[in-house]
Amino acid sequence: MGDLLAVTVDGVLYASWLFIIAAGLTLIYGVMRILNMAHGSLYALGAYAAASLAGAWLRGGHAPMGSYAMLAAAAILVGLVMGPLIERGLLRFCYGKDEVVLVLVTYALFLMLEDAVKLVWGVEAYFVAEPYGLLGSVELGPLSYPVYSGILVLAAVGVGVALLYAVTRTKHGKLLLAVIHDREMSAAMGIDVNRIYLVTFTAGTMLAAIGGALTAPTVSVLPGMGVEVIVLAFAVVVIGGLGSMPGAALGALIVGLVRSAAVHWLPQVELFSIYLVMALVLVFRPRGLFVAAEARKI
Amino acid sequence: MSAGAPPRLWPRLGLALLVTLAVVPFLPKWAAFLVTLALAKGLVALGLLLLMRTGLVSFGQGLYYGIGAYAAGMGASALELGDAVPLVLLGATAAGLVALLLGLLLARYRTIFFAMLSLAFSMIFYGLLVKTSALGSTDGFNVAARSTFGLPTTSPVGRFGVYGLGALVVFVGAASLDRYLRSHLGRLAPAIRDNELRVEYMGASVRNVVHLHLVLAAVLAGAGGALTALAVGHVDPETTYWTTSGEFVFVAILSGTGSVAAPFVGALLLELLRSFAYEHAPNTWQLVVGASMLAVILFLPEGLWSVFRRRRRAA
Amino acid sequence: MSAILETRGLTKAFGAVVAANDLSVSVAPDTVVGLIGGNGAGKTTFLNLVTGYQKPTAGTVTFEGRDITGLAPRRITRLGICRSFQIPQVFDTLTAYENLLVGLGIVSLGRRAFVGSALGDQAPEAVAEEMLQRFRLGEWRDAPASALPEGVRKLLDIAMALAVKPRILLLDEPTSGVSADEKFALMDLVLGAIRADKVTVLFVEHDMDIVRRYTERILAFYDGRIIADGMPDRVLADAEVRRYVTGEPVPGGA
Repeated sequence: MGDLLAVTVDGVLYASWLFIIAAGLTLIYGVMRILNMAHGSLYALGAYAAASLAGAWLRGGHAPMGSYAMLAAAAILVGLVMGPLIERGLLRFCYGKDEVVLVLVTYALFLMLEDAVKLVWGVEAYFVAEPYGLLGSVELGPLSYPVYSGILVLAAVGVGVALLYAVTRTKHGKLLLAVIHDREMSAAMGIDVNRIYLVTFTAGTMLAAIGGALTAPTVSVLPGMGVEVIVLAFAVVVIGGLGSMPGAALGALIVGLVRSAAVHWLPQVELFSIYLVMALVLVFRPRGLFVAAEARKI
Repeated sequence: MSAGAPPRLWPRLGLALLVTLAVVPFLPKWAAFLVTLALAKGLVALGLLLLMRTGLVSFGQGLYYGIGAYAAGMGASALELGDAVPLVLLGATAAGLVALLLGLLLARYRTIFFAMLSLAFSMIFYGLLVKTSALGSTDGFNVAARSTFGLPTTSPVGRFGVYGLGALVVFVGAASLDRYLRSHLGRLAPAIRDNELRVEYMGASVRNVVHLHLVLAAVLAGAGGALTALAVGHVDPETTYWTTSGEFVFVAILSGTGSVAAPFVGALLLELLRSFAYEHAPNTWQLVVGASMLAVILFLPEGLWSVFRRRRRAA
Repeated sequence: MSAILETRGLTKAFGAVVAANDLSVSVAPDTVVGLIGGNGAGKTTFLNLVTGYQKPTAGTVTFEGRDITGLAPRRITRLGICRSFQIPQVFDTLTAYENLLVGLGIVSLGRRAFVGSALGDQAPEAVAEEMLQRFRLGEWRDAPASALPEGVRKLLDIAMALAVKPRILLLDEPTSGVSADEKFALMDLVLGAIRADKVTVLFVEHDMDIVRRYTERILAFYDGRIIADGMPDRVLADAEVRRYVTGEPVPGGA
């Protein structure tokens, strides 16, 4: 019984982390039809920026609680700098190209960012563990969890609610839906599609960076840390259906629970259980759980 | 032969083979090694060329590359096959069989879904390898062939056996693929890329053709993996990781799909660049690769090969 | 003479919308049939159901006495029914010659697999050249299909359908997008090229002059049903057809 609880809690924690990252990936795909392979690198950038900022803050002898603000600031900073830089500097020259070509463009970007990180931060590991332990821990039956993990869950819920609100309740969100629905029509109706793309990509980048910044205190921040994240996030959004936000949430939950179940009960399948689930879902739902296949008009 | 079609390639490929074999005794060991790796990886990219001509980009060719490498390695250790030739055949066959099975599923998918599902399969295999201690887990294990075509690796000629075998496999692979692409069946590749519906409405099964091409590409990748294992003398799970697959995609994009010779030029270029970068700038290697890939996609969408062709046309 | 193509109660519903409603048609071999009707009347749905692009909700399709209901397009094509498309479906990066060669190659592959090439078939390359001449596509032989003018793409699309040697050819609006003064020339060319092989032709057409001139029989569609079926003069004079399809004033009618 305690096992089941542990599996569930671990699964939900892992799912929260996955959802924040996958939400950015699926948002960008849904609006821009770009499956961003560099998403993992942006996650890594978020982690590096967080480790540097929070580290500097703590070394400067400021109040430890302020390190949380530094994590948030790092994520926002990465989003606001890298989002527009990549969208305006590279992606806008590629609109209208094949989806697969765009995957290759972002793959090239991934390669470049991987080395850029090494050039800026070097190859040594960064640690900033203080924010992780600062809040103490909480007892859940026989188990003990750091309160910091709760922040992760709150952040995931917050991201989900904010996205839902932004899309359904704000004018920009409605324009966004119009662009998703029919971009040529939207452009013809005077919607500034370029602006929508810029905002979307920046928001997506920021989500990746938030994922990275929140992770920074829990791991050693190392080169290559985004390499596995990107394929995990792919699995999540492919399971849920590319471009679908509820799909990303459900996909994250499925992947989170499957992985934590594997870790607890069948550790030898941990690494590939996720991809196995992804392959299984695609067998029965070729476009993922939340996206229906479309027939072509001839 | 119609006037518009390019001339057959195999005579020139044959010449290239003879030249490659002739320079063997004069090459320093490291150069022979580098060229062998380029030939092996070029084979994987050649398979990608076939898939790309069919309109598919696979981010999971590392799966077949890894299967080829591990099959050759296990053939050498478990089956005690001592000669490189049966080991390469074993690698190619094993990869082909796996593609035959996975193709039942993969052949239904297109565009990014195909790319992602192939990636998922390669990652499943990676996960299996990492957790299999009998196969050395993350460390992998050593592979050695005692001979090539019966020539012991200790003999002066046999020393370059894997290199010569690589050149031969490349010749056979490239010449057959070139011939295939000009056949009625092979011509369906660009037709499928352009318009699947029409191919079906002409009475051919798109799924069967895609399945066949998956198997052919896997056989080439498996042979490439086996050759790499024999040249390096070692296999490890890295061969099936998604970044390895990404490197093959890079070679295929860099080379373009214009000619069956292109992937080998691209792979050689990559290996040369890599050995240079490892010496002088190990931390900017991916930066160079990424930037050149971007440049090719944006400015030379047909790949580097199109530059040669354009020049020849102008002449 | 027995029918080459027969549909019985063919019905296709998309939710509440019935795109084809109880279509029962029997087509004699070696005839030219025109399909008329407004947009959404069910003509293209009929073609899609017969060629297997869509599966009927109810009803059957029989070709040469064989039930082909719900078979995949490629199986139906192999049996001998092919079609051209309202929007030309050609291979954009291949030349006109290669476009034809794809279809001819598929046919020759099929023959080799099942009957053997000892039948003395002409080489696909030669047939492709001959078809280019027959459809007056010679000057476009080596141009990629993406660079062809719309009318030429249309012609190529039809030639490709004929390349797989069908017994029945379904043409979806062969003259749409072709200027009025070229329509007759195009139909002369197409039907001349097709009819030499004694192929049964069903074609969708909006121009009543074309229909009157080239068909022996007309099926008039309205709201998913066939409201008139018969000799062109009779169908075009039918009161319902004039009201719902051709939009001509009905003498003495409501």
